Amino acid sequence: MTHTLGRPDFDLIAAWIEPGHRVLDLGCGDGTLLKHLIETRGVQGWGVEIDDSNILAAIKNGINVIQGNLERGLDEFADQAFDHVVLSRTLQTVRHTEGILLEMLRVGREAVVSFPNFAYWKNLRSVLDGRMPVSEDLPYQWYDSPNVRFFTLLDFEALCQKMGLIIRERHVLDEQGNIVANTDNREVNFLGSLAVYRLTRAR
Amino acid sequence: MPGQSVGAVKSQRAHFDQPLHLRSGGVLPAYDLVYETYGSLNAAKSNAILVCHALSGHHHIAGHYAEQPDNIGWWDNIVGPGRPLDTDKFFIVGLNNLGGCHGSTGPSSLNPATGKPWGADFPIVAVNDWVHAQARLADQLGIDSWAAVMGGSLGGMQALRWSITYPERVRNAIVIAAAPKLSAQNIAFNDVARQAILTDPDFHGGNYYEHNTRPVRGLRLARMLGHITYLSDDQMGEKFGRELRNSAFSFGFDVEFEVESYLRYQGDKFAGYFDANTYLLMTKALDYFDPSREDGGDLTATMARTQANFLIASFTTDWRFTPARSKEIVAALLANGRNVSYAEIDLNFGHDSFLMDDAHYHGVVDAYLRNIKL
Repeated sequence: MTHTLGRPDFDLIAAWIEPGHRVLDLGCGDGTLLKHLIETRGVQGWGVEIDDSNILAAIKNGINVIQGNLERGLDEFADQAFDHVVLSRTLQTVRHTEGILLEMLRVGREAVVSFPNFAYWKNLRSVLDGRMPVSEDLPYQWYDSPNVRFFTLLDFEALCQKMGLIIRERHVLDEQGNIVANTDNREVNFLGSLAVYRLTRAR
Repeated sequence: MPGQSVGAVKSQRAHFDQPLHLRSGGVLPAYDLVYETYGSLNAAKSNAILVCHALSGHHHIAGHYAEQPDNIGWWDNIVGPGRPLDTDKFFIVGLNNLGGCHGSTGPSSLNPATGKPWGADFPIVAVNDWVHAQARLADQLGIDSWAAVMGGSLGGMQALRWSITYPERVRNAIVIAAAPKLSAQNIAFNDVARQAILTDPDFHGGNYYEHNTRPVRGLRLARMLGHITYLSDDQMGEKFGRELRNSAFSFGFDVEFEVESYLRYQGDKFAGYFDANTYLLMTKALDYFDPSREDGGDLTATMARTQANFLIASFTTDWRFTPARSKEIVAALLANGRNVSYAEIDLNFGHDSFLMDDAHYHGVVDAYLRNIKL
């Protein structure tokens, strides 16, 4: 997935990352997020990408990028080599959901995961109207979507609980990129278009 | 191919009087290195790129000789104004390694101690010896640190070795289609090639020059075998399939299949100009290459000594040095927090892909080099 500049989740992610941290961005696209983190937070960054054109674009951007397939794990990375491992708007495109989450927390102290929420009210309305949702955060038609997993905030949190992952922080955004401030989880699930999580696990 | 050729070039010769102590224990009291340069060294001497050659390569990387317009450098497609190794920005240096047969001191050179060709007496040279010799050439050229050292295959191994041996003299290492050390299968192929040469009756224990002959049959076989390992199965299938030179089987041992014709031609051509002793030396340099040996096999510990930024590239159809072998290098660099990018390039030409003119492959090298600050 290609990052676009000015995405609202970037600033939230940047706020969780301290200067000098080592950051791994999985599915880093052209390296825009890493470049942002390097420029604004002074991190040391590496990206992983599968797509040839993104590899070229990331190298053009002066970003460290490793060509690889997330479905095959992160073998070339050592245990706990990174402070943060980021998976921005990519989890829904990965088939081995539990595998990648475990790998992220093997190679990194913390995982930062953002994904589109399929329970967002506009998405639900679209389905009730008889069509699959297409939105700012789900910008694909059903027949050309790279997404292979369709899940909601509550689904994700149930998986975290099952896997013993600890949710340290969560931000939920509406389609305009504004924070959803509600406290009731069912309301948040209904009003949020994009969710950003900061995860760790007990060691 | 975008960009232009560097045009007509000339080779140069550097002489070194200071003895070179080799990894094998041997000593070269004095030696010559032939080299070529393209582009201009800037005032800060910060724009030099060393291009290291592979098994059968040499100093003539790019351009042609005025008197030999068809003699085009072996990596011409990547060097020149507007090409990835842009001679408008960089000063490119290529040389023929010690033990070579293209003008640098090697087994076919005269041994000053005897007045005869070195032959079997030429000492075994290792990749690290080449790197030391290249460093002396850099000294002569006034180059304290290379903007980049790069190469494919055995050339990539030299770039890797440079980053370990002279970390403060390499700002970027570009390691293409290489491996941190050879596998048993790699060594096995090399040994069959050497056996072909060593058992040729014309080899005369390596002193065939005195007998006015050359182990052409052995060298030809060695090259035919090597050539198979440089190509991919798919590519050979596409290029030759089971095509026959004539329409029907002849039920004999003469050339019948196109692939036989091709390999014999390649073997004959190579055996016509290459020196068998050099071939032996180059394959041994490959077999002995293993920088991690100094650290008990721990490549991560070895790569901790590096300071350079790295671009590592491999090719999906390369079964001689597979992408997995390049990823061993990547993993050791990542474990040390080094700046490294890795591209796994989908090209159909097997190990030889590194010499091909492919837009994505050259685009990656070009993008990496354009970001180098001088």
